[in-house]
Amino acid sequence: MAETDTLPAIATRREEATGFFQKLVSKGLGWARKNSLYQYPFVTACCGIEYMSLASARYDIARFGAEVPRFSPRQADLLLVVGTINCKQAPILQRIYEQMADPKWVIAYGVCASSGGFYDNYATVQGIDRLIPVDVYVPGCPPRPEQVLDGLMLLQKKIQDQEHKLIDRASPKLASGR
Amino acid sequence: MDAPLHAKRMIVNMGPSHPAMHGVTRAVVALEGETIAEMKLDIGFLHRGFEKSCENATWTQCFPYTDRLNYISAIMNNTGFALGVEKLCRLDVPDRAKYLRVIGSEIHRICDHLTLVSAMGLELGAMTVFLYGIEARDLLWDRLTELCGARLTSNYCRVGGVARDVPEGWIEKTTASLDRVNELAGEIGGLLTRNRIFLDRTRGTGRVSRQDAIDLGFTGPCLRAAGEPYDIRKAAPYLVYDRLDFDIPVGEHGDNFDRYLVRMEEMRQSDRIVRQCFAQMEPGDIAVKDFHYVLPPKPQVYGTIEGLMAHFKLVMEGIQVPAGEAYSYTEAANGELGFYIVSDGGGRPYKLGLRAPGWPMLAALPYMVRGSLLADLIPTFDSINMIGGEVEQ
Repeated sequence: MAETDTLPAIATRREEATGFFQKLVSKGLGWARKNSLYQYPFVTACCGIEYMSLASARYDIARFGAEVPRFSPRQADLLLVVGTINCKQAPILQRIYEQMADPKWVIAYGVCASSGGFYDNYATVQGIDRLIPVDVYVPGCPPRPEQVLDGLMLLQKKIQDQEHKLIDRASPKLASGR
Repeated sequence: MDAPLHAKRMIVNMGPSHPAMHGVTRAVVALEGETIAEMKLDIGFLHRGFEKSCENATWTQCFPYTDRLNYISAIMNNTGFALGVEKLCRLDVPDRAKYLRVIGSEIHRICDHLTLVSAMGLELGAMTVFLYGIEARDLLWDRLTELCGARLTSNYCRVGGVARDVPEGWIEKTTASLDRVNELAGEIGGLLTRNRIFLDRTRGTGRVSRQDAIDLGFTGPCLRAAGEPYDIRKAAPYLVYDRLDFDIPVGEHGDNFDRYLVRMEEMRQSDRIVRQCFAQMEPGDIAVKDFHYVLPPKPQVYGTIEGLMAHFKLVMEGIQVPAGEAYSYTEAANGELGFYIVSDGGGRPYKLGLRAPGWPMLAALPYMVRGSLLADLIPTFDSINMIGGEVEQ
């Protein structure tokens, strides 16, 4: 993010040098991480049917380095929330997010995950950002695969611009990498 | 030394988020070794208030909600709901609209069965089948996109007709696509039907006898796979099904393999139906010309006061459906899709009830898998084709 790009106005040569190397390492890690996203498809509803198309030959999410679905949250670093989340499902989603290791990212796939969509009623959670932090929202009911690929590219850009560290000693609060 | 091992039942949770549980259902399985001693189902993870939501929307606005019941075959849900409302209104839609509904429904039936077969193959380890199946489905979706503008959730029917006529050259393109889909379905059949692994895992597992299937309330392919040739398209023909020539495939054993075979054959029959519709269809209206039900054409809305009034009333108040109740039942991809509709004479449904085709099969799952291996749960769960959207409403 911006912290790595703007150096302080007055810096000693030592700070300048370490800053330079940190930036280099951060860029390298960002490049590696954005191109090897292991996704956890949290598939609940209609969008999952589109997700099948996204994952198979024609649209081929593999071109973006995100082809391997991991059905264990401990092995995944991208949570794709595909479909409607209702009140009964909400604690499960939250728990799965908590089980993922840092750094981790979330895409809200489709309008139900983003905002509840047209299910504005007693049962549906009005957007998963009430439960977990979201990086990219993909609108559409369901979104076309092209739209999701666009969202994925946005996420990749975001990951590249983030600050990455070899050893993350941040406090647990800040450890989510965002 | 020879004291018996203390054997305890093991409880395993499958789902609600499990790769093999498509849809979100939680199965609590009590295992003895690898045998399922008991199983409980926990549903409600995709309950999104379909019936209640519809009460707050006008009759026309209900169609998008019906799309998302069985989201793989949306046009069939649209058709079922439209037929119910038309029953209350005592409307008869023009012939062309009937044919278009049948065409949409049958193309979506092919999509639904393709998805089931591919997912079943995928979960039994045949990834290639999945890729072929999804490619075939994408071809059909391309055509449906040209027809109704959406890949998946079509929103194609209206009370009194359909939303759009076919675009120019669509019939030829669709025929070509169906040819290709047939080829791909043939490939899928070639990969699965005589495949040793697939046969071993599906033959004789998840078996339901004919009598049990009837008692449990099965309909659709699962009932027919058990040997009962019941299909609403033949038993109580609606739309133009009485003018079309097609067969009802019937299974013998009622196991997973028969359910797979029935679906493969139904795809061929649907293909036949669509081609016959193309041949029989004649140009004409696609909706009734009654502005109490269907929006007037735009020149009339902008040019005449009657057209403007009709448009305003329909959009603001909705279609005034006569008070009463009706039950429409149609043959959806999974079985009998029923809409129980109550109207109080207003622009919105007073109450809507849904008979989800997938529900009896899902409810029977604990009965079907008791005493079988845990691994057999996967093909059984696949072959009953539980769709979260319709089952959990």
